[in-house]
Amino acid sequence: MLPTSIPLAADPVRTPGFLKVQGLRQAFPAPDGKGELVVFDDVNFEIARGDFVCIIGHSGCGKTTILNVLAGLEQPTAGHAFIDGREISGPSLDRGVVFQSHALMPWMTVRGNIAFAVKSKWPFWSNAEVDAHVQQFIDMVHLQGSEDKKPSQLSGGMKQRVGIARAFSIQPKMLLLDEPFGALDALTRGNIQDELVTIVRQTQQTVFMITHDVDEAILLSDKIFLMSNGPRAVLAEIFENPLPRDRTRATMHHDSKFYECRNHLIDFLVHRSKTFASA
Amino acid sequence: MVGREKIRSLLLSLLILGVFLAIWQIASMPSGGSQVVDDEYAKLVGAAAATGQKSAFPTPVEVGAKLVQQLAHPFYDRGANDKGIGIQLAWSVSRVALGFGLAALVAIPLGFVIGMSKLIFNALDPFIQILKPISPLAWMPLALFTLKDSNVSAIFVIFICSIWPMLINTAFGVAAVRKEWIDVSRTLEVKPLRKALLVILPAAAPTIMTGMRISIGIAWLVIVAAEMLVGGTGIGYFVWNEWNNLSISNILVAVFLIGVIGMLLDMCFARLQKAVTYRD
Repeated sequence: MLPTSIPLAADPVRTPGFLKVQGLRQAFPAPDGKGELVVFDDVNFEIARGDFVCIIGHSGCGKTTILNVLAGLEQPTAGHAFIDGREISGPSLDRGVVFQSHALMPWMTVRGNIAFAVKSKWPFWSNAEVDAHVQQFIDMVHLQGSEDKKPSQLSGGMKQRVGIARAFSIQPKMLLLDEPFGALDALTRGNIQDELVTIVRQTQQTVFMITHDVDEAILLSDKIFLMSNGPRAVLAEIFENPLPRDRTRATMHHDSKFYECRNHLIDFLVHRSKTFASA
Repeated sequence: MVGREKIRSLLLSLLILGVFLAIWQIASMPSGGSQVVDDEYAKLVGAAAATGQKSAFPTPVEVGAKLVQQLAHPFYDRGANDKGIGIQLAWSVSRVALGFGLAALVAIPLGFVIGMSKLIFNALDPFIQILKPISPLAWMPLALFTLKDSNVSAIFVIFICSIWPMLINTAFGVAAVRKEWIDVSRTLEVKPLRKALLVILPAAAPTIMTGMRISIGIAWLVIVAAEMLVGGTGIGYFVWNEWNNLSISNILVAVFLIGVIGMLLDMCFARLQKAVTYRD
């Protein structure tokens, strides 16, 4: 459970248009020197504050590029992204990123990695304040006892927990997760998904997450963005999750609507994602 | 099992040493014959050597005795050409430390800049490629001419030979810092100096340390030759001076100690290298 001192979102009302993406396009010069290779084109969407959105699509559709644009790590060829009314022009402490490869600094301990983020956000905090804050987030991902371990001493799941704690510790307006559980085994993945569900529901965090796992998307997200295949991928469909908000991994598959959703998403990935552009 | 392996390799090492010393002892032992030689020559090299009863090359026992004698009084000073071997080694080590330290002060920040910027890397690369293979001793006349001081020139030669491995390794280590760590610092809006010290430096530290280890090895090789040229003090000068004295025992003692100090320097840097290496 979350320590009580982590502020919960006061306003559970979903402010629409919290994140706005307009006419996003990414293109590279074609390898043969003639023309250009369009990765995705004319991507438009909005995410409300407190929404959990998953984006699904085959490799090469530009999911990671879209996430990197939202993170401010990449510049799109055309189009704009706005968060909380301000255009995204570069990386910011407003947005926490969880990287697929966890991207922990191997020379820092668990505590050190999270403290590095906390000190970046609040440079004038005393060591005691930083320590207390870091400890809350270590507790949040159940890593008590591993505070002084180096990442090399942790399992893959524990490393990704540190990555998640680091992203949450700066209390960003929005969280961006780049396929965070992709490299984990099924059991570990399930456990961390449960933890993430708990944390996100309590903090009302706005999340944008890339995944390849349809079940993961149904469990976690309120909305699922479906990308058609690249090149020239587009945002083909925004699927609203009809399952109740309090769904859990253990019981979700007993819901009559679950297989309907699952079939719809898999049909899209198997058939419609290919033919969407030509249709 | 590991313990037994260690003991066996130690025994083999001792055996090799014993065989080596035995061959040396036999080869340099006095031989029988006696012949008439020139008096002057006999005075110069000693009667035994001149008559061929004894090779001019010392036996291991003689060298060992010399080593004990030198180490018993390492810091005596009886004028310009008769100083204890400790004083000479201290001179050499301090020259290396100074030249190497100055080189590190230049090479590591400069390597940082080169590693961060493709443009600067490409602009400086031709100069580095041409300067790197120049024997540091080739700079000696220029150094003596411009710096007008033999001691400073020796330090300069150490500086110039230490700088390249550190510069190249620092640039390489900084350029190879994983993009994900840079991306993490970018998303956390880490200020440039903090990023340099807390992310790039530790990430590149093992590569930088490798460069420093190579540099200190080269510097220790070069100091002996440089001191033979500039004279005055230092273990290189000592070797040259003892050659002029025809004291092969002293030369062998110095050669042995040069090896020991070189090994100790390398061990220090190996220790430092281990301390900054991280497991991924």
